[in-house]
Amino acid sequence: MESEQLFHRGYYRNSYNSITSASSDEELLDGAGVIMDFQTSEDDNLLDGDTVVGTHYTMTNGGSINSSTHLLDLLDEPIPGVGTYDDFHTIDWVREKCKDRERHRRINSKKKESAWEMTKSLYDAWSGWLVVTLTGLASGALAGLIDIAADWMTDLKEGICLSALWYNHEQCCWGSNETTFEERDKCPQWKTWAELIIGQAEGPGSYIMNYIMYIFWALSFAFLAVSLVKVFAPYACGSGIPEIKTILSGFIIRGYLGKWTLMIKTITLVLAVASGLSLGKEGPLVHVACCCGNIFSYLFPKYSTNEAKKREVLSAASAAGVSVAFGAPIGGVLFSLEEVSYYFPLKTLWRSFFAALVAAFVLRSINPFGNSRLVLFYVEYHTPWYLFELFPFILLGVFGGLWGAFFIRANIAWCRRRKSTKFGKYPVLEVIIVAAITAVIAFPNPYTRLNTSELIKELFTDCGPLESSSLCDYRNDMNASKIVDDIPDRPAGIGVYSAIWQLCLALIFKIIMTVFTFGIKVPSGLFIPSMAIGAIAGRIVGIAVEQLAYYHHDWFIFKEWCEVGADCITPGLYAMVGAAACLGGVTRMTVSLVVIVFELTGGLEYIVPLMAAVMTSKWVGDAFGREGIYEAHIRLNGYPFLDAKEEFTHTTLAADVMRPRRNDPPLAVLTQDNMTVDDIENMINETSYNGFPVIMSKESQRLVGFALRRDLTIAIESARKKQEGIVGSSRVCFAQHTPSLPAESPRPLKLRSILDMSPFTVTDHTPMEIVVDIFRKLGLRQCLVTHNGIVLGIITKKNILEHLEQLKQHVEPLAPPWHYNKKRYPPSYGPDGKPRPRFNNVQLNPIDEEREETEEEVRLLNSTTL
Amino acid sequence: MATLWGGLLRLGSLLSLSCLALSVLLLVQLSDAAKNFEDVRCKCICPPYKENSGHIYNKNISQKDCDCLHVVDPMPVRGPDVEAYCLRCECKYEERSSVTIKVTIIIYLSILGLLLLYMVYLTLVEPILKRRLFGHSQLIQSDDDVGDQQPFANAHDVLARSRSRANVLNKVEYAQQRWKLQVQEQRKSVFDRHVVLS
Repeated sequence: MESEQLFHRGYYRNSYNSITSASSDEELLDGAGVIMDFQTSEDDNLLDGDTVVGTHYTMTNGGSINSSTHLLDLLDEPIPGVGTYDDFHTIDWVREKCKDRERHRRINSKKKESAWEMTKSLYDAWSGWLVVTLTGLASGALAGLIDIAADWMTDLKEGICLSALWYNHEQCCWGSNETTFEERDKCPQWKTWAELIIGQAEGPGSYIMNYIMYIFWALSFAFLAVSLVKVFAPYACGSGIPEIKTILSGFIIRGYLGKWTLMIKTITLVLAVASGLSLGKEGPLVHVACCCGNIFSYLFPKYSTNEAKKREVLSAASAAGVSVAFGAPIGGVLFSLEEVSYYFPLKTLWRSFFAALVAAFVLRSINPFGNSRLVLFYVEYHTPWYLFELFPFILLGVFGGLWGAFFIRANIAWCRRRKSTKFGKYPVLEVIIVAAITAVIAFPNPYTRLNTSELIKELFTDCGPLESSSLCDYRNDMNASKIVDDIPDRPAGIGVYSAIWQLCLALIFKIIMTVFTFGIKVPSGLFIPSMAIGAIAGRIVGIAVEQLAYYHHDWFIFKEWCEVGADCITPGLYAMVGAAACLGGVTRMTVSLVVIVFELTGGLEYIVPLMAAVMTSKWVGDAFGREGIYEAHIRLNGYPFLDAKEEFTHTTLAADVMRPRRNDPPLAVLTQDNMTVDDIENMINETSYNGFPVIMSKESQRLVGFALRRDLTIAIESARKKQEGIVGSSRVCFAQHTPSLPAESPRPLKLRSILDMSPFTVTDHTPMEIVVDIFRKLGLRQCLVTHNGIVLGIITKKNILEHLEQLKQHVEPLAPPWHYNKKRYPPSYGPDGKPRPRFNNVQLNPIDEEREETEEEVRLLNSTTL
Repeated sequence: MATLWGGLLRLGSLLSLSCLALSVLLLVQLSDAAKNFEDVRCKCICPPYKENSGHIYNKNISQKDCDCLHVVDPMPVRGPDVEAYCLRCECKYEERSSVTIKVTIIIYLSILGLLLLYMVYLTLVEPILKRRLFGHSQLIQSDDDVGDQQPFANAHDVLARSRSRANVLNKVEYAQQRWKLQVQEQRKSVFDRHVVLS
C-alpha cells in the first residue's frame, strides 16, 4: 500500500502525460482515477519539499477576498497539485507572481510570532542568495572537471603519459628538462601510440599508426557519447541554449534540467569534445549550470514550488555557466540579460553577478589549465591599433555577418531535413559518420588536428621571438639587439605561407563540418567552432595586412604609422576581432559578446575595434535574416516563445485573433452555479481546452472568472475522494453564496478556491499591438476578450504566435528557402503543398496532436452573444 | 514510512551533487596546503642568441626567484652578454595541482565506467534475463512497436507487475522503472517524433 502511494505520488508529480488526457493514453496504466491518491499527500508534501504553505494559494491578484469567503469552505485546505503545470505547457507568470507575493505575506505576518518563525523567515529571505551560491559552486566545480577531463581525453587520441596515466601531454612534460626549443612538446615521458605499438617514433609507419589510432579514439568517444545520450538522457543532446531560452520564457519541459540530464551532459560533453568533432563546450556548460540551479532550487521551498521564482535562479545559473565557460563573469551576466533571460529584474541581476563570481572563483581555484586563467586561450595584448585598421576590422565584421547568415540557413535546412525525413531515424549512425569524416580529414592538417581551443589560442597569440610555430616563421634579418616586446613587421617566411594554405583549408573544413555538426545528438556548443572560424579568417587577413604594410609602407594609409622597423600590425588582434565578428554573426549578440571577448583578452583598448566588427556583423547578418541561430532553432522546433525583441507593426484587432473564429463551434464555458459535477466532467472529456471561462449564467453571460482544466480535474477528483456526499449530480458552485437547492439534492461542491477571479480581459476592439505587449511584458498565458462584460472569446499565447507567423507569411511572402533552389527537398511543407502547422512539437502523445491547434481555446456553449 | 524512505532517497540524491562540489573544493584546498614539490615550475624560454641556439630551462623554484639569472644554469654566455641574453628570455612561473588532476580523472573515469556497465546491463544483459524469466509471450506481443526495440521497452510490464509486491527493494525498482518510463518518453520525443531538440 505504501509503495503504491509512493509510486502514484511520484508518477503524478513527474507526469509527462497531462492528467487530462490520461484516460485514453496507453502510457498510463491505471487511468486517471488512481493517480490522484491524496490520502498521504500531507507527509509526501513535507518530504518533497512542497511544504504545506507552498501549494496553498488563492487565485486573486489582490489577495484580499479569501478571508470572508473561505470560512465555510471545506475546500479551503490546499488541494495538492492545484497550481502546477503539465509537461510542455506554458506557465502563467502573473499567477506565479501572485502566489509568491501571497507566500511572502504569510511568512512576514507570522514572523513576529516566535523565534522559530523568525528564523524561518530569515532563511526564506536568504534562500535566494544561498541557492545561487550553491549553483555557482557546483557549476564551477563541474566546469573544472569538464576542462581537466576533456584536455586529458583529447590528448589520449594522440598518446599517453606512461609515468602517470592521468596527465595530459602538457602536464606530462611539466617537469621535463629534455624539451628543446625547436620541439617544445616532445618529452620522453609522453609516448605516442605509434611509439607504443610499433616502437618507432618517426617515419611513415608511425604516421599511419597514429592516424589509425586517432580515428579509432575519435570514433569510440563519439560512439560512447551518443549511446550514453540515447540510453540515459536524450535531453542531454544539443547545445541547450534554445531550450533554456524557451524554458526561461515560461515553458515547462520536464526532465530537461534534471539529475540525469546533468550527469549525462557532463560526462558526454567531455567525450564529445575529445572526439575532435567541430563543437565546443561553452553552450552545454550553460545547460549544465542551469541543471545545477534547478536541482538546488528543490532544496528551497520558495523556489521549488514557484515556477516564476525558479526561473530567476535559472537566469543566474546561466550567467554562472558563461562565466566559467569563458572566464568572463561580467560577460556572463550580460549574456544572461541579453540572450537568454525573459524576465530579469534587478534582484536577479545582482544574484547573477554573485553566481558568476562564485563560479569563476571556484574554477580559478581549481586552475584547470595550469595557466592561472579560466580559459585556455587567454591572451594579453598591449600593442596599440591604428585608425586605418578599422577598415580590415569592418571587413572582418562583414565576413562574420555573411558566415552567420550562411550558417543559420544551412544549419536550419539540415536540421529541418533531420526533423522531417527518414534520415533523422539514425542518430547514432549520423554521429559516427560525422565523427569519422571529421577525424579522417582533420588529422593530416596540423591546425585541424589540434583541439579547437588550442587552435584558437595559437591564432590569438602574437608572434614573439619565442614562438616556434610555423605561423611565426618570419624571416629574421634584423640585428640582434632588439628586446622581446617590440618586434617590427617582418617579411613572411616559407613557414607562414604554408601555414596560410593550411589555414585556408582548415577554414573551409571547419565551415562545412560545423554546419553538419551542430544539432547532432551529442552535447554540442557553437561558440568555439564559430570563434575558430573567425580566428582563422582574422589571422589570414591580419597576416595579409601585415605583409601589405611591410612591402608597401609608402602607401599613404601606412605612411604615418608603418615605417620600416615599426610594429604596426598585430595579426593576433585580427584573429580576435574575427572571432568576435563570427560569433556575433551567428548568435547576434552584441554587448555581451564584446564584453566576453574583452574579458578574454584583458585589453581595454580593443573595445572599439571589437564593437565595430560586432556591430557590422550584426547589420550584415540582419540584412539576410533577422533571427540568430537560437531563435531559428526555437522556430524550427516550434517552441512557444514570444520574442521580446521583435516589434509588432500590424493593425489587427483582438477580435481578429481570438478564438472561436466565425465558423467555429461556440466557446465552452462553465456557469457559476447551475452545472453538476457530471456536466463539468463531460465537458472536460469532450473538449481538449486547457481552461474554461466561468460566467454568471447562460442568460446574462457576464464573466465571473477563469478555471483551468488541470485544476478542475484535480479538485473534482480530490473532492470525490475526500468529501462526503459528492456524487455526479452534485451542483458545482463557483459563486460566493450557495444557491438555494431543493432539500433532497446532494450537497454542492464549492470550487471557488480554484477560480481565478481576476483573469486578464481586453475588449474586442483592443489593437493587437497592445495585446501582444501585454503578453510579452506580463507573461500571460491567456487573455479573455469581452464586449460589454460579455465573454466573446479567448486569446492564448499560441494564438498570438500563430497570428504572428501568419502575418509574417502574409506581408512578406517568404521566398522559397535557400535550399529549395539548390537541393530538392521540401522540408517545411506538408505533402499537399500547404504549410505545416507550426506548433507541431510541444505535445507528446497522439491525443495531444489533434488538440494542438485548439489548445487553450474555449468555445462558447451557446452563440447568442452580440 | 515508505514516503519517508522515498523522501530520504531523494534528499540524498540532491545532496550528492553539493557533496561533489564541496569535495572538489576541499581537494583544491588540501592540495594547495600540501603543495607538491613537483607542482611548481619556472620555465624560461630563451631564443637563439649569437652562436647559442634557443633553449628551454625548467626548474622548481619559488615565485620570487623565477627569473633568468636563477633559472638559466649553466649560463651559456659570459660577462656582458648575460644581461642581453637574459633580456630576451621569457620566464613564466606556473603552478598546477597534480592531486586535483589525478582525482578528477579518476572520478571521471569511474563514473564513466559505471555508466557504461549499467548501459551494457540495460541493453544487453537485462533483455536476456527477461527472456529467460518471462518466456517469449511478452516479446511477441510487443514486437509491433518500433520503440520496443530499444532498452527499457518492457518498463510498463515490470511496472504493472511489481506493484503487487511491496518491500524496500521494490521501492528501488519502482523508482528505476519510473525513470525508465521517463527516459523512454524523452527518447520518443527526441529521436522518433523529433518534437524537441532537433
